Amino acid sequence: MMFKINKDRWPELFSEISRDRELYMPIEKAGQIQFEKWNVDAKVRLDQLNTVKSPKDFFFPQSENIVAFKTKGKNISIFENHDESRPFVVFGVRGCDAASFKILDRVFLAEPVDTFYKTRRENATVITLSCNEPEETCFCSIFEIDPVDPAGDIETWVIDDVLYWKSITEKGHALTDDIKKLFEKADQQDEEKIYNHKEKVKDIISKLPLQNLNINEIFKNNSMLEIFNSSKWKELSQPCMGCGTCTFICPTCHCYDIRDFDTGHGIQRFRCWDSCMYSDFTRMSHGNPRSSQLERFRQRFMHKLVYYPENNDGAFACVGCGRCISRCPVSMNIVKVAKALGVKDDE
Amino acid sequence: MSRTYYDNNMKEMLIPKLGIVTDIRVDTPDIKTFRVTGLDGGVCFSHIPGQCAMLSIPGVGEAMFSIASSPTNKDYMEFSIKKCGCLTEWLHQMDVGQQITIRGPYGNGFPVEADLKGKNLLFIAGGIGLAPLRSVIKYILHYRENYGKIDIVYGARSADDLVYLEELQNEWNNVENVNVFLTIDREQEGWTGHVGFVPNYIKELNFDADKTALVCGPPIMIKLTLAALAELGYDKKQVFTTMELKMKCGIGKCGRCNIGSKYVCKDGPVFRCDQLDELPDEF
Amino acid sequence: MQRVSVLIELIRERAQKLLEDGIVNRVIGWKKGEFFYDRTPAVFQASDDLSELIYDGFCSANLSKYLIQENKKDGKILALLKPCDTYSFNQLIKEHQINRENVYILGIGCPDMLDINKIRGKGIKGIQKIEENDDELIIDTLYGQRKCRREDVLLEKCLSCKGREHVAYDELVIGDLRNDLTIENEAMSDSASGKNPYEMVEKIEAMTPDERFAFWRSELSKCIRCNACRNVCPACTCIKCIFDNDRSGIASKANTDTFEENMFHIIRALHVAGRCTDCGECSRVCPQQIPLHLLNRKVIKDINEFYGEYQAGADTETVGPLISYKQDDVEPDIIMRKGGHK
Repeated sequence: MMFKINKDRWPELFSEISRDRELYMPIEKAGQIQFEKWNVDAKVRLDQLNTVKSPKDFFFPQSENIVAFKTKGKNISIFENHDESRPFVVFGVRGCDAASFKILDRVFLAEPVDTFYKTRRENATVITLSCNEPEETCFCSIFEIDPVDPAGDIETWVIDDVLYWKSITEKGHALTDDIKKLFEKADQQDEEKIYNHKEKVKDIISKLPLQNLNINEIFKNNSMLEIFNSSKWKELSQPCMGCGTCTFICPTCHCYDIRDFDTGHGIQRFRCWDSCMYSDFTRMSHGNPRSSQLERFRQRFMHKLVYYPENNDGAFACVGCGRCISRCPVSMNIVKVAKALGVKDDE
Repeated sequence: MSRTYYDNNMKEMLIPKLGIVTDIRVDTPDIKTFRVTGLDGGVCFSHIPGQCAMLSIPGVGEAMFSIASSPTNKDYMEFSIKKCGCLTEWLHQMDVGQQITIRGPYGNGFPVEADLKGKNLLFIAGGIGLAPLRSVIKYILHYRENYGKIDIVYGARSADDLVYLEELQNEWNNVENVNVFLTIDREQEGWTGHVGFVPNYIKELNFDADKTALVCGPPIMIKLTLAALAELGYDKKQVFTTMELKMKCGIGKCGRCNIGSKYVCKDGPVFRCDQLDELPDEF
Repeated sequence: MQRVSVLIELIRERAQKLLEDGIVNRVIGWKKGEFFYDRTPAVFQASDDLSELIYDGFCSANLSKYLIQENKKDGKILALLKPCDTYSFNQLIKEHQINRENVYILGIGCPDMLDINKIRGKGIKGIQKIEENDDELIIDTLYGQRKCRREDVLLEKCLSCKGREHVAYDELVIGDLRNDLTIENEAMSDSASGKNPYEMVEKIEAMTPDERFAFWRSELSKCIRCNACRNVCPACTCIKCIFDNDRSGIASKANTDTFEENMFHIIRALHVAGRCTDCGECSRVCPQQIPLHLLNRKVIKDINEFYGEYQAGADTETVGPLISYKQDDVEPDIIMRKGGHK
């Protein structure tokens, strides 16, 4: 069942959703568009293709408390002070970002299950938004992600200031039932409009420059060790500054660190994002197995393109969102790496 | 290979339990063995020989250590720790009665109930490397009839750096069909035993290739030992070793110990040597 | 791109000749990427094809930073430096991070750099090709052709250009890019639009303390602690950064939205104080487009007021005011005399 609601009534819709749940969506703040909590004064911006920081933050936050300790003499007391998770809704998630959640699921929901992540996933209702204007940096389609019909609990389209709404999963139905009194039913004309719009966008997608990157072909014919030992890594890693921007904005990167923080009246153990690009990521007391930027650079891409697929039925740990392409300070990105490796050494 | 076994009573694998240090024994100038029990006594959790646990002092650090005692010991767990960093330095200066946080068990352990059962076993260790193997040795001695002949070759820099000397010379050596061979790197006054590096000693001892070997020690020792075993006719599939990389979460998620498609904390730290060939050379 | 396209030919020619003559054994420049506007810094060996070497309005990366590592390797390296890049170079020479003999500088003329974020900010998406026609950019996109004025999409730092004169070079390749070395260089008059670099700084100074605090908290709350600003900065050369040091107490990677976390930028601005040449790289690379250069410019403005006009990196001799002592240096109570909150 497809519903629709006009733009002038969207504040009503968002208000209704946020009565019992926290609602997050792309909002403009200080000149940048991020996923923020909705309130009635928020500047909602659904026209921007991608937020800079991906929505993986909702399930795998940049920092979260694990447990707290108090020490007295030789004794330690443990306090579980993990933040409670409440039901929430994320609206306006693009197809690529929604697919990234599945990639993170494979890591965090594998045995032993990360209960913090699991609770947040269960509490979330993901409302995806179809892309209207894909950009030249997009290449989600090579990972079999559909940006026009993006998979989620509820799928939405914005065409000519009208929001079209279709619930898919149980969770989606539950939310829709609560608010469907605000909607109108979409009719035959609407269905046609949506169809034509989708066709138009599909046409644009077929013209995207990165559309033809045959990623399976590139990695199918070489063994892990062959790719690992390729001479191309030197050239590829040369401009990399090891800043870690790529890992932080990437929706599928999930390395983390566990640290202790002295609050002044106890120790707070927390988990925070880390980057395999950082020089001390693998440093041990007797050395560092990856002491050069080349090795670290190689590790990140080998993990995304070779190791993760090997452990996860061939799925790549990349969704083609294009953030690394537009944000890397030196313009290095996964597409350049994939292309460089696709060409054999003796060619 | 044994399946990784987790303590399913833990609600969340990252939240630790409390343990208390009930005994500290000085083994060498930089190695001490700590005995840890739960606050009410007994072991904090059950484990498989070869598995590890994350010990920490809040505010100082957290690190992965092999459990040196066998799971057949229900009264306490033992950790033999070498002083080489911030946390280990702190642990070395602590007193009995100190509480620590502990979580585990992590890793895949040695396949004591599978590949190793019924076989003749050759334990080869260097320095602190004997610690993880000790948990296997004690387990096997507990269930002696399930295993074949046992040979233990152990070496260290000097006689003062040999751990578990008491057990090696006066307990294990006296068990039927168990042979202990000790060596130190250089001549030392008062030492009447063998002098020489472990890999060379192996070749001298000229073992038959009918054993399953378990090797643990500094990376260079492991490399040369594997070469020595190959010379004696050992196939890579007969040799098990443990790998060490920096670990943080212990559950195969944070990415630190990722090498090739494996996570050392989850798919290891015990690997069969033919599996190591498939991994990139980053260790 | 007409003027620049002539320039690139000259650059390639010179680079090829210098390689062939053995004066240098490698070249650091930029390489074309996937898209029309993407340029990656790259080192070209003598055997590499220099047709991949490119130079245009999107080559904004400051190559001086790479010279810190590169100059330690064997042989002399040819570096393509724009005028503002040479200031960073001189500063690094002063700090003994680069050995002058290991670098051969080709001072290249600058057409004023373009900012892809500003182009995108105009709603231009799906960029396929960009062409320059005098002062206009003609952009072919998946959604039709768009146009915009060149001066509307220049990098922020280019609006207050320090001047087109290279302060360090072995050789110049300028072409006809609006440079005339015979004219005395007054930094403002030669620049693209002569914008006062301290315009925004003065605006912020004029705010009340509460407004200023709100402004910076709002901007810095966007920070994701990616460290791009630190890693790209030519002045940030510490082998072990204090923010990577667990024992410093400020190494938190947590990036919670607290004032302490925002201090990262203020601390960094103070660490590079007196050595920052205002190259603008920090703001260019920030994925959240935080105007970090304003913090550095405030420090530079204050230094100018207290100790006299000083431009870091203008030459390799002048000792910076923060590391030299003069009898008439201002006393700390200058802060009170200035009005406390300024």
